[in-house]
Amino acid sequence: RQFYQRARRRKKLIGNFQNDLYDQCLQFYGQPPLENISLTEFETFAVERLKLLKTVENVGVSCGKSSEQYTKKLDAEISSLNFPHRGGISEYEKRRKDHISHFILRLAYCQTEDLRRWFIQQEMDLFRYRFNCLHSKHKTDFLHKNNLKYETVSAEEKKNLKDKLIASSYGLSGTKVEEHDVYKVPFQDALDLVRTRKVYLLAGNAYIPHHEIVTIVLNDFRTRLSKALAMTARSLPAVQSDERLQPLLSHLSHAYVGQDYSIQKNIGKISLEQIDALSGKSFPLCMRHLHKALRENHHLRHGGRMQYGLFLKGIGLTLEQALQFWRSEFVKGKVDADKFDKAYAYSVRHMFGKEGKRTDYTPYSCMKVILSNPPSQGDYHGCPFRHSDPELLKQKLQNYKVSPSGINQILELVKGMHYQLACQKYFELTHNVEDAGFSLNHPNQYFTESQKLLNGGRDIKKEVDMSQRSQENPASVTHPSQANSKQAHEEMGDLDSFFQDE
Amino acid sequence: IINTVQLSTSDYDPACLPDLLPIYYRRLFPFSQYYRWLRYGGVSKNYFQNREFSFTLKYDIYVRYQSFTTQNELEKEMPKMVPYKIDIGAVYSHRPSQHNVVKSGTFQALEKELVFDIDMTDYDDVRRCCSAADICSKCWTLMTIAIRILDRALREDFGFHHLLWVYSGRRGVHCWVCDDAARKLSVAARAAVAEYLSLVKGGEETVRKVVLSDPIHPFINHSLSVVERYFQQYAIVDQDILGSKESVDKVLALLPEDILSFPDLAVSYKDEKDPMKQWDRLCDLVERKKSNSRKGGQYFDKEIMLQYCYPRLDVNVSKGVNHLLKSPFSVHPKTGRISVPIDLKELNTLILLSLICEELERPRADEAEEDDMKDQENEQEAGERRRIRDYKRTSLAKYVKVFDRFLEAMARSRKGEMLKKSDLQKDF
Repeated sequence: RQFYQRARRRKKLIGNFQNDLYDQCLQFYGQPPLENISLTEFETFAVERLKLLKTVENVGVSCGKSSEQYTKKLDAEISSLNFPHRGGISEYEKRRKDHISHFILRLAYCQTEDLRRWFIQQEMDLFRYRFNCLHSKHKTDFLHKNNLKYETVSAEEKKNLKDKLIASSYGLSGTKVEEHDVYKVPFQDALDLVRTRKVYLLAGNAYIPHHEIVTIVLNDFRTRLSKALAMTARSLPAVQSDERLQPLLSHLSHAYVGQDYSIQKNIGKISLEQIDALSGKSFPLCMRHLHKALRENHHLRHGGRMQYGLFLKGIGLTLEQALQFWRSEFVKGKVDADKFDKAYAYSVRHMFGKEGKRTDYTPYSCMKVILSNPPSQGDYHGCPFRHSDPELLKQKLQNYKVSPSGINQILELVKGMHYQLACQKYFELTHNVEDAGFSLNHPNQYFTESQKLLNGGRDIKKEVDMSQRSQENPASVTHPSQANSKQAHEEMGDLDSFFQDE
Repeated sequence: IINTVQLSTSDYDPACLPDLLPIYYRRLFPFSQYYRWLRYGGVSKNYFQNREFSFTLKYDIYVRYQSFTTQNELEKEMPKMVPYKIDIGAVYSHRPSQHNVVKSGTFQALEKELVFDIDMTDYDDVRRCCSAADICSKCWTLMTIAIRILDRALREDFGFHHLLWVYSGRRGVHCWVCDDAARKLSVAARAAVAEYLSLVKGGEETVRKVVLSDPIHPFINHSLSVVERYFQQYAIVDQDILGSKESVDKVLALLPEDILSFPDLAVSYKDEKDPMKQWDRLCDLVERKKSNSRKGGQYFDKEIMLQYCYPRLDVNVSKGVNHLLKSPFSVHPKTGRISVPIDLKELNTLILLSLICEELERPRADEAEEDDMKDQENEQEAGERRRIRDYKRTSLAKYVKVFDRFLEAMARSRKGEMLKKSDLQKDF
């Protein structure tokens, strides 16, 4: 809190601190910076870190975080961003910026659950990337410096458990077990490894080989950051009372969201009779799939109802229409009108913000559909490009009359884990265009763009952007991160001009 | 040992509930054991008082945030309210019945047992004997397998000790992990445990739901050894998965593509008449072909066995700290069966509510006189005594014994903990 109040004054710096303070390119951000900086630096640092985090996000989505390209791409992108990178010589300024900008962004991103989740995710990915860049010895140094003393397993126990350890941890050989430390950690501290079953468990302890310790460290990082954000949120009102900081902070936190389709445009312009036809023409594959399942089974489970129901709200259905839609379908199934009114109508109204907490739920973005709540037996929600068996996906696309070469392109993208690009390709093939002209990240965006295309394109500005992009990037498929970071730069451009006006 | 399930042959009519339930609650429901359980030794203050119960009453009326201050209150209220269904929720920061008057944002779920729900309908794509809400002795084996696999893993891998397995009353089983550490787990930790225990993944759209690759984790090997014990009898014989073209096709669909392309595969194993030998033959054939295949499919037989037998959990049930789950000793209104604790040494018999009441109506003349005399002494004790007498006459008795053993073990362990703590404090 002291720090933020001091930010009002001019820049001052005490020379001796330099070398000790930032002797590692990586840190836990445990201590807030204790200096004064100018308002200009405050703003610049914040925007630059936001650029950094958005880059981390974009590379993650387009590459898949466990792919080989991921690190290479991040290397390439981050090196041009003027942040600490692989421990160069004159890193002091960059590390200082890293430190300060992190704390500034905490202010902007502590306010809501969604913002916190996003910020923590990107900071974690950044941390993981940097930690993995360290040499093994530096990793151990870092751990010790930060008081992470995990209990090591005795040589005897290692010998007894050797086969089991090798069978549980990828890339662990007999020699590695003998020569390097294995750590024993309560399973609650190693949840990522437990969840994916990438570790040996015995009597409630996880046995972690040295090279895997980063996952544990990340867990620790997440916990600390989460707590810190909660505390920051509490002292926020004091900061927001500063008129110069407040507009910057609120602009920063809105910048990442993009359109969330929570405000309904075109309310009531869609009639229920149109939905069948629209599902074939303008729905993304996931919604088309859900709609078909609903028509065939006269039922959808909770996950499907949420994903599809919110999408329908986003395209403009009114509450009355939605109730009528769901009731007429469920009644054809095993649910009588009474039961519908008792059990399901409530949740439809809930979606529209008319019950319970009365928050207006926003339609799910592609990221949300892809990353959370995977479907299980009897479910139809999720992203078909992510969650369907490739064989079944292929059959479905064939049924929908997509060309064989088109199907192959889509399957290639799916194999590379570029699910949104695969959906974009589906858009291009079903609308018969070379280039979708937009970067898909939301099912309702798919719908809007499709309608625009089919109805002759009302928005003149979008058309200009589309033609510009198709000139610069004829094969938008092969340069996903460019397209995404282009988008990021455009958004950043808006922010920059905001500052220049000041 | 092949487990058999004795399902009562008498018909159950839900219309009897309004008459039988009050008797059940007045005379049979084991209140003192129930209270002993949820009190957890009184180590945490107000643990029982801050526990949420939810009731489903007649006409499907659902009420949440019920809570009670003492065992006595519980014993008085239940026969009065006559819940058709009882769910247990979390221990909150305040008394649930007062959640409306608590300052907003401060009423929070703090602790709850780690729970698992295995529902037979999740296996509908791999069982042929029944579907939906039906269960029979042939598919009950799936529950046996699930219990054995999960019980071992929760104890040996995760170090939990106090597990209560309960029949859900209709078509599955629940597991309540009651250790202190389990009750304190975060949402993320619960989700991680449930994911660790999940091997069958994918919805309608996924054909091959189990994919194994090297190295095989020790957990999978343990689970496989359980599945292998039961597979032949359960899948090949009882479920007859090689018995019809349709079901064989389903099995073959799980094999890797390049092996399926061999034309003689589907035909030649049929030379064998004995279904067990058919399976062996099939595995043999695929084994020979696979040495030519480039990638994957090396564990096809294990994957098939797991897809047909391995437990299917609903992660969402286990994740939430505030998730409500059907209470042990609650009656299932649709079947009339009581959710009874399962003795892992005897994975069989189920219990029908109306049977108990039939038993109750048969008076035992010799005991009656003696009891009447004791009753005159003290009314409350008389009520308790009557209750103990009553359930001891019924088949409910042995299930309450299972519950008692479970409670004893927890009490012993709590005592051990306290001794340890006091020893530590004595050290200078």
